[in-house]
Amino acid sequence: MTEKKTTALNLTAEEFMHPGNRACSGCGLSLLYRVGLKALGRNTITVIPPSCLTVTQGLYPIAATQVPSLNVVFASTAAAATGVRAALKAQNKEHINVVAWAGDGGTSDIGIQALSAAVERGDDFLYICYDNEAYMNTGIQRSGTTPMGVVTTTTPIHGKKQRSKDVPAIVAAHNPSYVASCSAAYPLDFHDKIKKAIGIKGLKYIHIHCPCPSGWGMEEYLSIKVGKMAIACGLYECYEIEDGVKKLSGPSAKLLNKKKLTPVADYFKTQSRFRSMPEDLIANMQKEIDERWETYRNENA
Amino acid sequence: MKRDKYKVITSNSTHGPGDAGRTGSWRVERPVIDYEKCTPAKKNKAACHLCWLYCPDGVVTKEIKPQIDLEYCKGCGICAEECPTKAIRMIEENGLPEKEEK
Amino acid sequence: MKIIESGNVAAANGVKLARAQVIAAYPITPQTPLTEKLSEMVESGDMKAEYIAVESEHSALSVCIGSASAGARAFTATSANGLLYMSEQVHWAAGARLPLVMCVVNRGTGAPWTIWNDHQDSMSQRDAGWIQIYVNNHQQIIDTVIKAYKLAETVSIPVMVCFDGYYLSHTYMPFDIPEQKLIDEFLPSYHFKHTLTPESPENLNTVTMPHGRNDAEGAWRDGYMDIRHSHYQEMRQALRTFQEVDSDYSRLVGRGGDPLMATYKCDDAEYIVVVMGSLSNRMKDIADELRDSGTKVGVLSLHVYRPFPDEAIREVLESARGVIVFEKSISYGAQGQVFNDIRAALYSGKKRPFIHNYIIGLGGRLIKNDDLIIAIKNSKSKGEELDNEPQWIGLNR
Repeated sequence: MTEKKTTALNLTAEEFMHPGNRACSGCGLSLLYRVGLKALGRNTITVIPPSCLTVTQGLYPIAATQVPSLNVVFASTAAAATGVRAALKAQNKEHINVVAWAGDGGTSDIGIQALSAAVERGDDFLYICYDNEAYMNTGIQRSGTTPMGVVTTTTPIHGKKQRSKDVPAIVAAHNPSYVASCSAAYPLDFHDKIKKAIGIKGLKYIHIHCPCPSGWGMEEYLSIKVGKMAIACGLYECYEIEDGVKKLSGPSAKLLNKKKLTPVADYFKTQSRFRSMPEDLIANMQKEIDERWETYRNENA
Repeated sequence: MKRDKYKVITSNSTHGPGDAGRTGSWRVERPVIDYEKCTPAKKNKAACHLCWLYCPDGVVTKEIKPQIDLEYCKGCGICAEECPTKAIRMIEENGLPEKEEK
Repeated sequence: MKIIESGNVAAANGVKLARAQVIAAYPITPQTPLTEKLSEMVESGDMKAEYIAVESEHSALSVCIGSASAGARAFTATSANGLLYMSEQVHWAAGARLPLVMCVVNRGTGAPWTIWNDHQDSMSQRDAGWIQIYVNNHQQIIDTVIKAYKLAETVSIPVMVCFDGYYLSHTYMPFDIPEQKLIDEFLPSYHFKHTLTPESPENLNTVTMPHGRNDAEGAWRDGYMDIRHSHYQEMRQALRTFQEVDSDYSRLVGRGGDPLMATYKCDDAEYIVVVMGSLSNRMKDIADELRDSGTKVGVLSLHVYRPFPDEAIREVLESARGVIVFEKSISYGAQGQVFNDIRAALYSGKKRPFIHNYIIGLGGRLIKNDDLIIAIKNSKSKGEELDNEPQWIGLNR
């Protein structure tokens, strides 16, 4: 990031979310939306498919959000955002930010077709996917981004048998203007990436790893701590992709100087959803992480 | 043709607090700040503010002496967990919350 | 200006004159030439609009929903399975009360694949909450598209302009393109009451409770069912509003009348044939032919199918001895949709003519004049004898 980094001290005290909303206690998304709106400001229209955010934003007639927002059907998020942008263009109101904000199911599964088309057309809006790694709003069913081995209500005994979809990589394959990945445990990194993204024309995609206490099987107070552990062990990475080049950023960039990361098993132990993970799968994942980071270190040497 | 003769009732919400009622009633533990340990309170100037930053519900104020809105605080305890000086303690709620949902 | 062109081009010209600001569409036969024409108009600079080439019909209507919610006049068009694919959004657009206009170039639905005409596609969306208008010729296509925007934006209900694939979409007919300045006078700039704007932020289409609830200021707001009821009521009002829209249009453009339905020699008719769409043109010739041989036949060509103009229909049909409904769609296990609606309308009348149902032309099956004539004569001789099943005509036996 070229500009000065935002800190807790200089981040605006203005709030765009109302308290007393329907997000669960300790919700990672609630934090992200609150901080994300600080980065976006009032000149913003959000487009929201069914997700925890639909509920967090409020039941009729009360909105917990102070920005105009369009609730749309599951598969339509990116296309509806394209429509909003086209309408603003037709009215010469291009200074307004258009932000599609969807969950991992809404993005990696049912919404991917419309998203792919919008990225291919290079439509001018920001797409944010908060990835809590399952369909949490309907009660923790597996999604395309649920990691291998994770117990959900539709993979109830042995855990998910397949790997997760790498959505940012899929989006990046379309060569959009900007792709970034971040974590709810690092809200200021997310804030600054939004700031950067809205200054760029075309389609921008931000993917956020988003802890969910009830879906992940952990105490509410652990949301930030566990989110940080996922980054510290190298399992999840914060990065940016610009002009086809991927660069580790924020907390992940800092890990490049470390010879050894924390064991991924420690991260798995914090959440009951990993309870069915066999030892060999854990060992395998550790090996993959080690190899991946070895490559990063070599590239950066 | 008068457009205003049609009411056009849609599901259009306007903003305000307390969509889920007084969410303070969800709490089983309440955060209590010890200003002797709290960095900005101790230094008497803007500092740290991590409890404010990390609060998912925005119920902590960004002040020298941070205040917590117990009407809406859901009691997740992230502030206590993330406070670098351990200035926030979670203590058990006693008794039933006063009033239910609006 | 009078030109000879296809029905699809007539529709495109209507969209241009209405100054649609956002167009999103996905190709499907027989709608394709309509959107090709619009993309050409936009790309050549003839028309100032955003043309979004979407990846599916679902997204086509999604783009329109986004645009109409954010303050721009939007248009899409589709046929058959394209309409079925966007069905979720068809319901959503109406529930959100967005004043969209969509052309449905009528085609049979799969499986099996058919590219030919019938009305099953739009009929399947009958209860989605849209106004449905079926038109008979190219002039009606262009005029109705323009009028549809005014109607939609007055009552905040989307309008489907339905016209027969091939019979109208691909045939060439002369039609008049009205002057832009007349249309500008007729149709004010886009209007939607709940446009998304940072100046007065609203969250649209949020989860709505069954019974209603207080808002943040403590004022009572109605629930889901009340929202549906207001939609229903305004749908009923739209019958009158469309007549007002039509008379405004006739005053400016010099063409119009009979917006809900067109009647042909119904005043003294003993038997009235009811049809929708392009078939009505041929039906008039058939009526004349039968009149020459002594059977007094009239034709009711129904334009507005939803809201259903039951009172106006009853008024026309009540005096006849028999009513014969020919329709290009079927409600499996029941009868034709139009037939059942008309039968229900007649039930509360003072006089109840007999009513027979004929299913014709599914998937483009050739509709022969002789078959139609035989059907009418059969109905005449059967008279009050009730039919529990619709008669399928033109089947290979």
